Amino acid sequence: MQIRISDDALALACGADRVTTAFAKAAPDADIRRVSSWGMHWLEPLVEIDGIGYGPVTPADVDAILFGTADALRIGRIEDHPFIASQTRLTFARAGKTRSLSLDDYDATGGWKGLRAAQAMTALQIVETVTASGLRGRGGAGFPAGIKWKTVLDAPAGRKYIVCNADEGDSGTFADRMVMEGDPYMLIEGMAIAGLATGAGKGFIYVRSEYPHAIAKLEAAVARSRMIIAPFEIEVREGAGAYVCGEETSLLNSLEGKRGEVRAKPPLPAHEGLFGCPTVINNVLTLAAIPYVLAQGAEAYAAYGMGRSRGTMPIQLAGNLKYGGLYETAFGVTLGELVDDIGGGCESGRPVRAVQVGGPLGAYFPPALFDTPFDYEAFAAADGLIGHGGVTVFDTEVDMAAQARFAMTFCAVESCGKCTPCRLGSTRGVETIDRIIAARDLAASSSVHPEPVEGSSSSGDPALKERASTRSAQTELEDAVILIEDLCDTMKFGSLCALGGFTPYPVLSALHHFPEDFGLKEAAE
Amino acid sequence: MERQGDNEFDAERVTTTIRQNKHLEGALLPILHALQAEFGWIDDTTIRAVALELNLSRAEVHGVISFYHDFRTRPEARPVIKLCRAEACQARGSEPLANWAAAKAANRIAIEPVYCLGLCSVGPNAMIGHDVYARLDEASLGALIEAL
Repeated sequence: MQIRISDDALALACGADRVTTAFAKAAPDADIRRVSSWGMHWLEPLVEIDGIGYGPVTPADVDAILFGTADALRIGRIEDHPFIASQTRLTFARAGKTRSLSLDDYDATGGWKGLRAAQAMTALQIVETVTASGLRGRGGAGFPAGIKWKTVLDAPAGRKYIVCNADEGDSGTFADRMVMEGDPYMLIEGMAIAGLATGAGKGFIYVRSEYPHAIAKLEAAVARSRMIIAPFEIEVREGAGAYVCGEETSLLNSLEGKRGEVRAKPPLPAHEGLFGCPTVINNVLTLAAIPYVLAQGAEAYAAYGMGRSRGTMPIQLAGNLKYGGLYETAFGVTLGELVDDIGGGCESGRPVRAVQVGGPLGAYFPPALFDTPFDYEAFAAADGLIGHGGVTVFDTEVDMAAQARFAMTFCAVESCGKCTPCRLGSTRGVETIDRIIAARDLAASSSVHPEPVEGSSSSGDPALKERASTRSAQTELEDAVILIEDLCDTMKFGSLCALGGFTPYPVLSALHHFPEDFGLKEAAE
Repeated sequence: MERQGDNEFDAERVTTTIRQNKHLEGALLPILHALQAEFGWIDDTTIRAVALELNLSRAEVHGVISFYHDFRTRPEARPVIKLCRAEACQARGSEPLANWAAAKAANRIAIEPVYCLGLCSVGPNAMIGHDVYARLDEASLGALIEAL
């Protein structure tokens, strides 16, 4: 009997180790394997016994499962589960199926095939294959990977680097973590191929410090695969809790041992990157898609997707969802399908009110925009972004003015301080939204009590409230809204990087799609 | 649960820790991580030692330390629970839980915010040392607080 339980951080957080110990005790002869996670997070800890899945399992369920009486937990063959069967898994083809550090498992599932194909090609042929696949950077910007590689290949010979951006700081995203913990050799293979394609001899993986399990797995995987990827070398580096280091130039400064401040571009990292050398810097998912492209060919990858968004996107269904997890599919699926059909709506049982796509810098979408297809261009047209593919769902309890305030607060805390629109604009943004909230609360309380009553509103700064009460609350509100729109415009066009430049997305989308939460009448744009 | 980083500062161990990492390209962050893992925080004398070994000014080293949320220049004697306060956990009720936890922990335990542990579909989440905890509510988080 083979029992498979994930050792992914999410499974561990849900108690997978305790379940494993219970199985080891109850079935001492069983072959217990710790594998990567299938990505069906609501079922973790998910236990697979000879192909049949059970979840979520607690140690108390172990006897019932072994005696065959755990019908309530039994989900049948995992591969036939609709959540898995409806996906197109290219990057996550091994998810749930292999032991993450086993070189045998990796070999047996087509591992290193892409690297061997690349070794038989010239650097230019590899770059052309990647370009032809249409693969775009999965970190958020969606820049064509092949063009970036070509720039580094064309740079004069000498020291060049491959840097993997594994500073997955966006809330609502975990695909990078799942690749690093579940299939680290695939990422290593992708980096080695990038090395061959560009003439780079060394790679760094910069992992955020909030991911200790990923760091441990990567370090072990790098050590075990050293001879396979030689002469290419990889080093794993730990971040230090700065969100802005997910921005590529800030990450390069951090790798150099400096403050993670953003650099002005140009020069592009492809010309002058790490230590001033030509550098390919790609997200984990971009590099992880490379072995498939090389092993199966550019056409096979480009056959998926829509428009200029080719291939598949590992979408991360997060927040208040009944069925959250990793959903890899070709571009083109609509937001509504993801949230309602696949995600099952809110776990709380309340209706879905808002969906933030693309992390803390992504726009909030109301259900009215659920027909937007998942595609870089379609999201840009709807004043949003796909970012790293995180979809965070909120139910009707959410206060969108509070979410807009949080976006500004987060930007203020995480700003690297280099450019003024981001450093000061975010703080002024928090203050302005506070004025809006104070005016909103005052207007709400005075509409209940015709005479303004002292201390009647529920929250906010007394000084702001006093100010609001001396003027008409409505005038104060309208002034502050004009100011926040103007401030967002300055931040969007005046910031050096996406932190200050994209913070307006959550703020303005909250304001425009949910004006009632700001004390405004519907559609008061 | 691992408890690390509560060793007393000792000039020789500071120097050894620095020299073990000094050969790395861009060695400052790995050195600071190693020092903090060893001693729990980074004091002024250690900043001087790092500056001297890497041929940097103290201001440069201080600038790097103060930039990153992870590095401490004061000791934290209390056990630390990092509670995720980012959007995906907010959507699952982390804010009321955080207020409740702060009251429950009083001053005995430090409840620090963390912005995303990458477990966004099963929040609210927390991390203690390197151990992660998901689907927290008052009962399960309360048990963690009491066990520390």
